[in-house]
Amino acid sequence: MHIPDGYLSPATCGVFGAVMIPIWTAASRAVKKTLSVRQVPYLAIGAAFSFVIMMFNVPILGGSSGHAVGGVLVAILLGPWAACIAVTVALVIQALLFGDGGITAIGANCFNMAFVLPFVGYYVYKLISSNSPSGSVRRVIAAGAGAYVGICVAALSAGIEFGLQPLLYHTANGQALYCPYGLNVAVPAMVLGHLVVFGWVEVIVTALVVKYLQKQDSVFFEGGRS
Amino acid sequence: MTLTRKLWIGIMVLIVLSPLGLIVPDHFKAGSAWGEWGVEEIQKMTGYVPLGFQRLSELWKAPLPDYAFQGWEGKDLVHLSFAYIISAVSGIVIITGVAFLIGKVLAKEHE
Repeated sequence: MHIPDGYLSPATCGVFGAVMIPIWTAASRAVKKTLSVRQVPYLAIGAAFSFVIMMFNVPILGGSSGHAVGGVLVAILLGPWAACIAVTVALVIQALLFGDGGITAIGANCFNMAFVLPFVGYYVYKLISSNSPSGSVRRVIAAGAGAYVGICVAALSAGIEFGLQPLLYHTANGQALYCPYGLNVAVPAMVLGHLVVFGWVEVIVTALVVKYLQKQDSVFFEGGRS
Repeated sequence: MTLTRKLWIGIMVLIVLSPLGLIVPDHFKAGSAWGEWGVEEIQKMTGYVPLGFQRLSELWKAPLPDYAFQGWEGKDLVHLSFAYIISAVSGIVIITGVAFLIGKVLAKEHE
């Protein structure tokens, strides 16, 4: 889901960069209010976890490959704003150091994976877990469901960004200037891969860690961490 | 053992296992992720290279491109796995440092 340089027009990149600035500002404000000094190591672990889990590429037979993001897990444990910051740090370093995701596409990639993914995932988790006990199975299921919906909606968002390019930017003879595939190809390709395979990797990783942490420290699952 | 220590051990285990993210897709002959193709792949798939794509795609020369060393494109999986682990370690050191810094600046002093 890391959009490289050249797939999105400079204008599209500008729009997403501009959209992310107030989101990052709000994230800093929210984290300033809710994050305690004791939680700082968890923010760092969350960013490190998101980075390393994205290195686990999973193949679709004979086709392409993809990976989990880990952002929903961080959102469940530290809140969606903290997850936004943690995943942003991972994405920026991935782009700068490893060329994974474009420099110009940092805004769009952060919108998809550091904003849409943790927020959608978090609210699905909240909706399903409701006020169930911190150690309940329902919470594990809610975490898995949040992970699945979060990553699939993020993939949809990336698919729309890709797919709009040939509609908006093409030469007089119809050749695309940036991403050559329209919505009819980009959206199903992005969404199906995540619905069928990569979404489930996100589910498994998220549910397993939630299950483990329920036993270790139930404080992560006792309301009020938003 | 504190929980943070246990979680850091978990991260280290993931670092050691990370080459699986390279070896498994290679074993199943899976290509790159959708929408993450290079210039040659785009040319092969669509018959042309979009002009704007050509202009922007080589914009940034990453120090460790695709989690490997520069010029290691054709290396075997053993070399690439080594580079992958080095990449994971360097990425995590930097990311942890940056996240700690941001956390320290933002977090409030009392619970």
